[in-house]
Amino acid sequence: MIEDYLSLFVKAVFVENMALAFFLGMCTFLAISKKVKTAIGLGIAVIAVLTITVPVNNLIYTYLLADGALAWAGLPEVNLSFLGLISYIGVIAAIVQIMEMLLDKYMPALYNALGVFLPLITVNCAIMGAALFMVEREYNFGESVVYGMGAGVGWALAIATLAGIREKLKYSDVPAGLRGLGITFVTVGLMSLGFMSFSGIQL
Amino acid sequence: MAKTREILLSPIFTNNPIALQILGVCSALAVTSSLKVTLVMCLALTVVTAFSNFFIACIRNQVPGSIRIIVQMIIIASLVIVVDQVLKAYAYEVSKQLSVFVGLIITNCIVMGRAEAFAMQNPPIPSFFDGIGNGLGYSVVLLFVATVRELIGSGSLYGFEILPLVTNGGWYYSNGLMLLPPSAFFVIGGFIWLLRNSKIDQVEAVEYKLASHTK
Repeated sequence: MIEDYLSLFVKAVFVENMALAFFLGMCTFLAISKKVKTAIGLGIAVIAVLTITVPVNNLIYTYLLADGALAWAGLPEVNLSFLGLISYIGVIAAIVQIMEMLLDKYMPALYNALGVFLPLITVNCAIMGAALFMVEREYNFGESVVYGMGAGVGWALAIATLAGIREKLKYSDVPAGLRGLGITFVTVGLMSLGFMSFSGIQL
Repeated sequence: MAKTREILLSPIFTNNPIALQILGVCSALAVTSSLKVTLVMCLALTVVTAFSNFFIACIRNQVPGSIRIIVQMIIIASLVIVVDQVLKAYAYEVSKQLSVFVGLIITNCIVMGRAEAFAMQNPPIPSFFDGIGNGLGYSVVLLFVATVRELIGSGSLYGFEILPLVTNGGWYYSNGLMLLPPSAFFVIGGFIWLLRNSKIDQVEAVEYKLASHTK
């Protein structure tokens, strides 16, 4: 039991890293990785949002949307799975909004540190991607909690590492055309190649 | 007429969404290992961007500013659901290969970014063309990457053999690296390099100027 969850966690962090193996959340990943400090703040926010949204979406999928899920309401033939995309994004937007209010009230320091990144998380593909992968792989509730957290930790790890590299990279002499975005792409490519070495691991 | 032309063509090279605006990179990387899948993805994204721009521009004066993001999200999500259902009905194989990436068009920053930046200020028809233009800009980068990856990686284009492989009695040793996902980064990096060499004004400023060698 514990072993299953542990292996799922390790798999979500390293083997199926959201950013470096599936390239999700790339827009923010490339745009907000210039400084380690902001990158870590954003990473923590993503972990929190993923850990909450994936299980909530799991509940919504199992009890409202899946084929025959409405049996408890006396409607066993109804299949609402085509409404999946719109409900997940709604849930994500709502939870991000609620989190923003809660943080503002109870943890103003963290709220100020995250600033504008918090609302931006709504359109981070990693959050939506995790929800869709959760449905595609048919995780149960417990697995979805672990998977959500693992995916978040993996993404945070990746963005913090990239920010570290970019902080050093700005002192180097890069060809004019590659400067900025171009060299960042190449760097991420090399990082992702490094993370591929995890891909053979069977857990 | 000249304005429509500019709206349609400028996102392709001068203001490319991927290479310059850093929008919509997520899906650009994962779906480019074969040309066929890429083509479907480009088509889907262009359709969604064009129509979401069109509808959002239609109702731009009725939507209160505070809830505009949610309204945009709902329009985009509905369009993506339509595209997803159509793909599942008529191109099931391709839709399986695209897996979650069709759904991820919702969170693709190009769609959202254009809705926010262009469709909220402009009438429906120009917004529609802006959507198509940005879809094309995205497609150009994706098709370039997919062409390079499929040609070098498996010696074929759109499934047809161009370079005969050694395993089939030809002469070409396929380069497996190009089929691996990280190669997409290198190819896009290279594309940006090429683009910026021809359009010097897009080169980013140096953050730290290196001191010259002391004597």
